[in-house]
Amino acid sequence: MNSSNHRLNAPWGDWVFALAAKGAAILTLAVLVGVMVSLVIGAWPAIEQFGLGFLFSTEWDPVADVYGGLVMIYGTLMTSIIALLIAVPVSFGIAFFLTELSPGWLRRPLGIAVELLAAVPSIVYGMWGLLVFGPILAEYVQQPLQSVTEGIPVLESLFSGPPVGIGILPAGIILAIMIIPFIASVMRDVFEVAPPMLKESAYGLGSTTWEVVSKVVLPYTKIGVVGAIMLGLGRALGETMAVTFVIGNTNQLNSPSVFEAANSITSALANEFAEAGEGLHQASLIYLGLVLFFITFLVLAFSKLLLLRLKKSEGARA
Amino acid sequence: MSEQMINMPMRKRMHNRRKIINLVALTLSLGAMAFGLVWLIWILIETVRLGIGGLTMSTLTESTPPPMEAGGLANAIWGSLLMVSAATVLGTPIGVMAGVYLAEYGQKGWLGSTTRFINDILLSAPSIVIGLFVYTVVVARMKTFSGWAGVLALALIVVPVVVRTTENMLTLVPNALREAAYALGTPKWKVISSITLKSARAGVVTGVLLAVARISGETAPLLFTSLSNQFWSSDLSQPMSSLPVTIFMFAMSPYESWQKLAWAGVFLITVGVLALNIIARTLFRQR
Repeated sequence: MNSSNHRLNAPWGDWVFALAAKGAAILTLAVLVGVMVSLVIGAWPAIEQFGLGFLFSTEWDPVADVYGGLVMIYGTLMTSIIALLIAVPVSFGIAFFLTELSPGWLRRPLGIAVELLAAVPSIVYGMWGLLVFGPILAEYVQQPLQSVTEGIPVLESLFSGPPVGIGILPAGIILAIMIIPFIASVMRDVFEVAPPMLKESAYGLGSTTWEVVSKVVLPYTKIGVVGAIMLGLGRALGETMAVTFVIGNTNQLNSPSVFEAANSITSALANEFAEAGEGLHQASLIYLGLVLFFITFLVLAFSKLLLLRLKKSEGARA
Repeated sequence: MSEQMINMPMRKRMHNRRKIINLVALTLSLGAMAFGLVWLIWILIETVRLGIGGLTMSTLTESTPPPMEAGGLANAIWGSLLMVSAATVLGTPIGVMAGVYLAEYGQKGWLGSTTRFINDILLSAPSIVIGLFVYTVVVARMKTFSGWAGVLALALIVVPVVVRTTENMLTLVPNALREAAYALGTPKWKVISSITLKSARAGVVTGVLLAVARISGETAPLLFTSLSNQFWSSDLSQPMSSLPVTIFMFAMSPYESWQKLAWAGVFLITVGVLALNIIARTLFRQR
């Protein structure tokens, strides 16, 4: 009796289970579509009012109800670029160390340490940056730079600002510290894709370690390396807490100084959104969120495509 | 023979040059590794030093105080626990099922590959945008910030993490196992639920733990969904305080007592998140 029951139930169970699995997959897709649609709807009043000019206007005046996002977009891009400039060489060095140099017994613990660094919540980086790192940066980097460049026309304005260690450069440095482990661990995985046989033949011809990495491993995995960098860029662009703490949250673009308080898309959202009244102010903030989502989507999609291509070419050669 | 003799000094120079370049590269790489680790150690030391300094018994038993008064983080910790567990309960089944779809049903079709691609993007999408999304969909409609909105935002972050690990773990299950089960006449849903999912169990649990670790530290998506609450509350339909948001508010404040509490909170979060990560790793390694 039992077995006949089973047989009766089987097709039904299969059908429900397959449907549930498919439903969950579709739901994941729906989330992305939902995010886009809801952001466009939420931002619509601002899109209608300011159009694409929003992206090039620096005016952000809640009293007059006039908004433009250039200050925040500039802040987001600048901090991310600074972060990449620092993080890419360092991550490359770490990945190089982990794949070629490290003695076997150290490889695992060090790899885990890097991955743990990636797991530390960003609010910890932010608070550490504001209360511990900022003052030290101000005292040992900013002030010496200011006294050295004093009187030199362009450089002077580049490092001006009150010595509290906030602004675009400190935010970029904190971001760099945050994304180093992401980029390093993806790069390490990418480097490990290079076939040992190729490396061993290069070693066999008398290449040095550096020559093996720069002339064999790197050319073989360059797509993946770019993918790893893009992944880090995506993280940096969308990071909220690490930036919000140290960027200073001031809507200005008058001073080119990297130590002057500035603003980024994420920190503007974090600081203003909950207090913004409904209407144009809120819609403009959502517009900023939409711009951020659009940029990160492109960067991440590009990174994903590159990493997928590396995987495919690996499959084809294997 | 004579040709070689002439070339000897040049070769030697070339050889030395290569050796020096190699040495420089190796030193720089070693330096980069040290540079990366220094931050980790520095941040951990400061967190422990300042965190333990701010940690007292009342941190765990009293609610968040008004400025300049003594108090604790009990309501924030409770709020975080509630929202993180609700979000995990909500997000895990969806994530596991979607992962099952990717690994067992949709390896080839357009839905599978699109979902896989989109999921990987959601995995690194800015979490503050997820908060915006939930705000426009839930908070703006209900006209109030609420714990449920926070739960939803966190669940949306859980799903991609669980999908990714579940799919990875299921593809590691040997096909022979599936074929053996099919040969016995087992229906597909039973093969998946009691054979493949079961043998990938440790991996799936690892994914869930990593997701929990990730959302425990998330601040941005809670800022305008659950907002915060000064009092002890278990009512998810009301604004609810959480540890990360409280840390954010207190750390930015000029009051020393609040900053101290923020450090205590950062210490608790860091310890919790790192512990979850280490547990997840050892759990996965045992398999």
